[in-house]
Amino acid sequence: MSKLTVVEGSYAVAHAAKVCRPDVIPAYPITPQTHIVEELSKFAANGEIGACEYITVESEFSAISALIGACAAGARTYSATTSQGLALMHEVLFNASGMRLPLVMTVANRAMSAPLSIWNDHQDSIAQRDTGWIQLYAEDPQEAADMTPQVYKICEDNKIMLPAMACFDGFILTHVYEPVVLLEQDLTDEFLPPFAPEHILDPSNPKTFGAFADPGVYSEFRYMQELGMSAALKKIETVADEFNEIYGRYYGGLIDGYYLDDAEIVLVAMGSVIGTIKDVLDELRAEGKKVGLLKIRSFRPFPTDAIRNAVKNAAIIVPLDKSISIGKYEGALCTEIKASLYNTKIDIPVLGYMFGHGGRDIPPERIKKIVSEAEKAIVNGITIESSYVDLREELL
Amino acid sequence: MKEIRIHGRGGQGSVTAAELLAVAAFEDGKYSQAFPSFGVERRGAPVVAFTRIDDKPIRMRSQVYEPDYVVVQDATLIDVIDVAGGIKKDGLIIINTEKDAGKLKNISAKVMAIDATKIAMDVIGRPIVNTVLLGAFAGATGEIRLESIKKAVGERFSGKIGEKNVAAVDAAYKAMEAHA
Repeated sequence: MSKLTVVEGSYAVAHAAKVCRPDVIPAYPITPQTHIVEELSKFAANGEIGACEYITVESEFSAISALIGACAAGARTYSATTSQGLALMHEVLFNASGMRLPLVMTVANRAMSAPLSIWNDHQDSIAQRDTGWIQLYAEDPQEAADMTPQVYKICEDNKIMLPAMACFDGFILTHVYEPVVLLEQDLTDEFLPPFAPEHILDPSNPKTFGAFADPGVYSEFRYMQELGMSAALKKIETVADEFNEIYGRYYGGLIDGYYLDDAEIVLVAMGSVIGTIKDVLDELRAEGKKVGLLKIRSFRPFPTDAIRNAVKNAAIIVPLDKSISIGKYEGALCTEIKASLYNTKIDIPVLGYMFGHGGRDIPPERIKKIVSEAEKAIVNGITIESSYVDLREELL
Repeated sequence: MKEIRIHGRGGQGSVTAAELLAVAAFEDGKYSQAFPSFGVERRGAPVVAFTRIDDKPIRMRSQVYEPDYVVVQDATLIDVIDVAGGIKKDGLIIINTEKDAGKLKNISAKVMAIDATKIAMDVIGRPIVNTVLLGAFAGATGEIRLESIKKAVGERFSGKIGEKNVAAVDAAYKAMEAHA
């Protein structure tokens, strides 16, 4: 335990960003991301990130715009945001991916207003699903820190060149103090090569980024982004292995499993609830219940093949969502998992639950209740395909 | 795993106390986790913070519902919230009060009282009781070594303030150890 030190999750992530040697950090503080950018502004002011320029911008819209300018000029960039801040970036997120700029941004996941909530769920990043950004989700502060150099290495690959969000749960992981290995500078230098883009904005060799595309060429640009995402499927796996070789830590590539091999009930989740689920599964396994967990680490690119392979022997699949598509009454994992299984020979019922929205706590008993509902559904069939499991009926 | 819930009011340093417990437990060679109840903290409003201590890495991310220990920084909270809620049968509640522990109403679990405010005024010169109660916690429970608490407190607060806080930890530890 000698390398471990008790720090706040935000500090672990800020430190991880520092050792990735970013050249430019434009950032705007917003709860619960604030501690990350506060720490980075201190690092920058103390000269601990070399010649890094920390830009205090006046909004998240400016932050993402500055990220684009800096990255197009060849700088490695970093920023962090959440919720309304991420939403304010929305239109520019498309520009970043369309211009093939490998921006790295930490998202401290938080609910969307209104009603105002500063607490955790995944609605903010899920709402940005189609912006062309890679999205990975971490289960604890160590994984969130370790994910930072990993996403740089993934998105700066010349075959990928897409921006990435490294997502971790606001408050639950940003504000927790626990033992974490702070990423070593020498190991990170060994793991992550300097940013060397093929194309940059350079007055001596003028180029245009994000130019006008008429109907004759537009779809091809979009398709090439898709090719970049496809390349990321493999890269996310190899980068996780390379990270393990150098640092000795592994969290899965696109997905990870816990008691998955012989599981009849497969819970599917992402983010901080993974840890709580693992503890509950230890208990349920001791009682002889064949329950397993499929952890989704990469939401974009969506690991369709890996998921099909992981769940094909289950009796029931239970996606657990911290987001909702209002008007479909299900969360993103539920929708995507169901879509992944159609047009295959896999015919397994999918029972979706939503919970933990707006920071509502997820006690172990709630996971157990979900498992017992799934057991009933195996026998009796599914009556309601998707629902909130923690709704307070008395307030309706 | 041992679970601790700290009740206080905004500005009393409940979250800091939870963090320092985690740091001290780790200093003892254990795994630990500390987190606030994620409220929008305002000065004077009830605040809750949690610490978990275990021999193996802690994965659980839910709030603490059945604490082994409860620390109450401000006895006026007892009239406002159920500070004993969910406490384990063999659990312990440590309350900062000048009253006798036995005379506190509505609490069925084992209760120990300490006049942390008096110790804070005498030793630190200010009514900030969070570090005092950490010393009391170590003395009453034996879950964390006194030296580890003192080291955590001494590293968090620098200079004279740090020294005074460490001395207050000592005083509270001795006061509780005598009763434990």
